[in-house]
Amino acid sequence: MSLAHRIIPCLDTDGERVVKGVNFVNLRDAGDPAELAARYNIEGADELVVLDIAASRDHRPTFLETIRRVAAELAIPLTAGGGVATVDEGRAILRAGADKLTVNTAAIRHPELLTALAAEFGSQAVVLAIDAKRVGDHWEAFVRGGSVPTGIDAVAWARQGVDCGAGEILITSMDKDGTRSGFDCPLTAAISRSVTVPVIASGGADAPDTFLEVFREGRADAALAASIFHDRIQGLGELKKYLADHGVSVRQTG
Amino acid sequence: MNIALVEYGAGNLPSVERALTRLGVESRRASTPEALSACDALILPGVGHFGALMRSLNERGLIEPLRKAVSSGVPLLGICLGLQAMFATSDEAPGDSGLALFPQKVSALPPTDRLPHMGWNQLRRVRPSKLLENVAGDSYFYFAHSYAALDAGEAGVAMCDHSASFVAVLERENVFATQFHPEKSGPVGARVLSNFVQFAGGKG
Repeated sequence: MSLAHRIIPCLDTDGERVVKGVNFVNLRDAGDPAELAARYNIEGADELVVLDIAASRDHRPTFLETIRRVAAELAIPLTAGGGVATVDEGRAILRAGADKLTVNTAAIRHPELLTALAAEFGSQAVVLAIDAKRVGDHWEAFVRGGSVPTGIDAVAWARQGVDCGAGEILITSMDKDGTRSGFDCPLTAAISRSVTVPVIASGGADAPDTFLEVFREGRADAALAASIFHDRIQGLGELKKYLADHGVSVRQTG
Repeated sequence: MNIALVEYGAGNLPSVERALTRLGVESRRASTPEALSACDALILPGVGHFGALMRSLNERGLIEPLRKAVSSGVPLLGICLGLQAMFATSDEAPGDSGLALFPQKVSALPPTDRLPHMGWNQLRRVRPSKLLENVAGDSYFYFAHSYAALDAGEAGVAMCDHSASFVAVLERENVFATQFHPEKSGPVGARVLSNFVQFAGGKG
């Protein structure tokens, strides 16, 4: 008996439709978020993440409506975010039906936002999302959808974020994102070793062995992927069976 | 069958409502002492902070009506923080009293494993359970918490192990509670909710 490693499909949206791209650019339409959510709920996803990667202020009501539509389809936890900069914006996302929210750019600029969110909603509802890219001998945190370097060390930032109140880290490797060449195990392991909260690995998912690798070598508690699930390249049931056969604790359904 | 969700600002109330709707069970929200005393079964959802929950119940004048409903035999199901609220006190808010349906306290989980305890875990059944009837023994349930009741005497019917052994399912006469979120635990969670509704006299 032990905590299962989670498999988390991620819906990157423009607020309304699921979109996808490579290395954060060349976006194209990949479907309706509520339809995909309903499918993953049945197929055995352990959690779902919905992000508003456009995150423009005037688009926010549309994204909140998307969260409501997605939440209505789910009997599993939902995490949502994109551009959250205030406690009120966080509250709106949770009220729309998310169980947890992600914060990224605004938290780097104002780490006390994490503290305020944790005080209001509890650490278990606050996920710190970090987009990291290898620079020399370390990883640097990038903001604004991966377009702006911060000069901040990603591992040190993860540790500080947890001290400020984050209850989970979602670490995305910008070097691996969209490449289907496997997760960034060294990055994930470095983050995982330096924090006490659960770590979700993101970027680079491909065949089942890449998940096995990130759970074993990357010491991830959860792994997130988008297009391999959206495009039906990888089935959730088949992936979990492979992991269970290789001794990884997973929740198998049906 | 008049089943009410205690409304005091809990974030997971709509999810519990939706989970009941999927079972074909109609529920309503009760946010006043009057509404609370006029129902056949109660659900106390909860997520967030022990002190905030108790203060919120207190401001709405719901603490005594809740205790009264329980002592008059109305079935009550507490979920997550709703379980913790049934205890006398919690490490999370040392100055605040809980509903004290159970004399023990809620403790901070020791930092042996990663915290919060976040994700899907299995249960260790220690006594017969009505909530877990027809639920496979190896089922996984969704947890998200850093505090837990380590002991509830005879009322602890299923335990979970993460950092420490803690109470995952609580049952005593008409009082039921789960530290996990049945409304987020897929088909097995739906079964748990349905078992509660059936116990309360509905058709779950």
